[in-house]
Amino acid sequence: MRRAAVEVEGEQVSAPVPPVSPVPGSGASQPVLDISGLSISYRTRTGEVKAVVGVDLALWPGEIVGLAGESGSGKSTLVYGACRLLRPPAVITAGSVTYRGRRVSSGGISLLNQSRAQLRTLRWREIAIVFQSAMNALNPVLRVEEQLFDVMDAHLSMGREEQRERAASLLDLVGIARDRLRSYPHELSGGMRQRVMIAMALAVDPEVVIMDEPTTALDVVVQREILSQIVELKERLGFSILFITHDLSLLLEIADRIAIMYAGQLMEVGSAERIYRSPAHPYTRGLLNSFPSLHGPRRELAGIPGSPPDLRSLPPGCPFVPRCSFAVDACRQIDMRLAPIEEARDPSHVSACPFVLPEGQVPSPAVSEVGRR
Amino acid sequence: MSAEVRSAAESCGPLVLEAVAIHRDYKLGRGRKAPVLSAVRNVSFGLYRRGVVALVGESGSGKSTVARLLAGQERLTSGEVRLDGEVVHLHHRRTFRKYKRDVQMVFQDPFASLNSVHTVRYHIERPVRIQRGTKGHAAVDAEVARLLREVELTPPEQYLTKYPHELSGGQRQRVAIARALAANPRVLLADEPISMLDVSIRLDILSLLNGLRERLELAMLYITHDIASARYVADETLVMYAGEIVELGPSEDVTQQPAHPYTQLLVASAPDPDALDSRLRIGSKVLAGQAGSALSSVVGCRFSPRCPFADDHCRREVPPAVRIAELRAAACWHLDLAAPHLLRGDASGPNGPAVATDSSTSAD
Repeated sequence: MRRAAVEVEGEQVSAPVPPVSPVPGSGASQPVLDISGLSISYRTRTGEVKAVVGVDLALWPGEIVGLAGESGSGKSTLVYGACRLLRPPAVITAGSVTYRGRRVSSGGISLLNQSRAQLRTLRWREIAIVFQSAMNALNPVLRVEEQLFDVMDAHLSMGREEQRERAASLLDLVGIARDRLRSYPHELSGGMRQRVMIAMALAVDPEVVIMDEPTTALDVVVQREILSQIVELKERLGFSILFITHDLSLLLEIADRIAIMYAGQLMEVGSAERIYRSPAHPYTRGLLNSFPSLHGPRRELAGIPGSPPDLRSLPPGCPFVPRCSFAVDACRQIDMRLAPIEEARDPSHVSACPFVLPEGQVPSPAVSEVGRR
Repeated sequence: MSAEVRSAAESCGPLVLEAVAIHRDYKLGRGRKAPVLSAVRNVSFGLYRRGVVALVGESGSGKSTVARLLAGQERLTSGEVRLDGEVVHLHHRRTFRKYKRDVQMVFQDPFASLNSVHTVRYHIERPVRIQRGTKGHAAVDAEVARLLREVELTPPEQYLTKYPHELSGGQRQRVAIARALAANPRVLLADEPISMLDVSIRLDILSLLNGLRERLELAMLYITHDIASARYVADETLVMYAGEIVELGPSEDVTQQPAHPYTQLLVASAPDPDALDSRLRIGSKVLAGQAGSALSSVVGCRFSPRCPFADDHCRREVPPAVRIAELRAAACWHLDLAAPHLLRGDASGPNGPAVATDSSTSAD
């Protein structure tokens, strides 16, 4: 991979949000992964596509942060960009990403300044990724154990016997019989492949695990099994998870905090509880209204009219305006920045929509003063 | 499943398409001793005009095979498909061609089901010419435009010359639906039509299908692994496990008061934000286990290896369908343990409202 150019292009980057208070009980004073003001563009012949614009997101130790958004919202670009996994034409145009693991010096490492060799030692050892499509991410001509050995060869100095023992215990960890070490990926079911991916990600004890839609291809029963396993492993091994998905209903169940992304920007960030019980941004409300609920009374489903915006020609102001039923003229001029909704009650619940949305009520488009709560 | 239970979709309109004890075996390997996989075993149900029947199950349960059998893409090992009460010989070319005009399919993956080298116009024009026999440019163009409007791709001129890669997933699925409608069918077989789409787009497609069913008086089979969406679109829900229908009934009843242990597992596994307090981390224990085996060598109830109520009886003998209510049945030996309140006809079960005996509670 070529080194992504890091250049700061100043003005349009929004001011960083004041740091969010640590997760209660985590006892940590600094996030393990701190993305700040990150902007990423795809420079194509037809113009610059601003896929990620000034995103601030922190992952605290032991936390599960969910990143939700539609396809094309920039959620994968954000995370892959932060891990320096993007190639040109993707360019990181602004921002910083700091990693502070237990194994690195206290000041943390700026991922955007790392050389290729430095990145190689960081990847997988410190930050591991579980990719979406296990069938494509696993090598079809290598046995499961060989793929696990590869990871260990690259990051740990171990004899083959020790590796074999570790590989077997990794499979134990994710609930696959040890004799599957000798299997090829095609001999495993979809759920087992995804478990192998998780075992591989955990092979060298990373501190941050990024999960990119790890269960979308699976049916609900297997999905639930794997998710509860992920949560259990997280508790046991103490890593942190950044969980990318378009399925908000899933995140509400497993994430501590949820960040809602739209058109490359964060629309709302808050605890799962707050996002569900008192969503502030109209887009979040739209997402919450768009999946059928299985339990409880049948409610009117609304969905979100329209389709995702063209990132090549984003209008100024809020990008959600064309699909927002509460939009007013002022929305086209607002400065998109996250601000607390109720400072006193929960300073970590922030939204980019400047209109106050009291719980359970529709926002009042009559609010004339923009940008103030 | 063969309990004498009427279909909850029956009240929607007359019977159009019927599967009668359809069965499909796949031989795994060569030779006489090769194991046989019964992907679909003895499945019977009816599709009624203006009615939606949902077929719900995990991957590998055989639900897509049912759709492919009904669409004539797979051969029946045994059983019959009846259209308007008459047996259809799907492997006769001429009858099949006629049948296709009445029965059309929408596939799961709109990225794969459209041909990437052809425009939207091409995809819709062909069935208009071939299936419907429309001739003349003006007539065909008008028909194509009408179909695009039918699936809410307006203005049609904007989409006609587009290629699939220029469309979003939701738009592609609309094109696939327009193509299915081009033959002017009476039955639509929708095989997971929304599972590849973004959550925010899914509702639009579901309400489109719902609108079409009403406007065009379609009979619809809606195949899904998402039982929550079945609750919202289908009049009747059939739950399939390892090739067999294990439970059927009005959608609202099946999802709110599941009787079969497998349906209960499905319902319990669906993400449920309303139960934030019992979130995963708190350790809700889910039945582990493999997907159900459809090998014909399996004896007894196929769900028994994963079932909390299973005993020796279950492992020996296949349970028959048991009638629970006027429109409901489940195939389980231990409904007395799994759903005692339903057997008692208890009006106030543990999960809420009483079992409805008509389909007025299901989707409209």
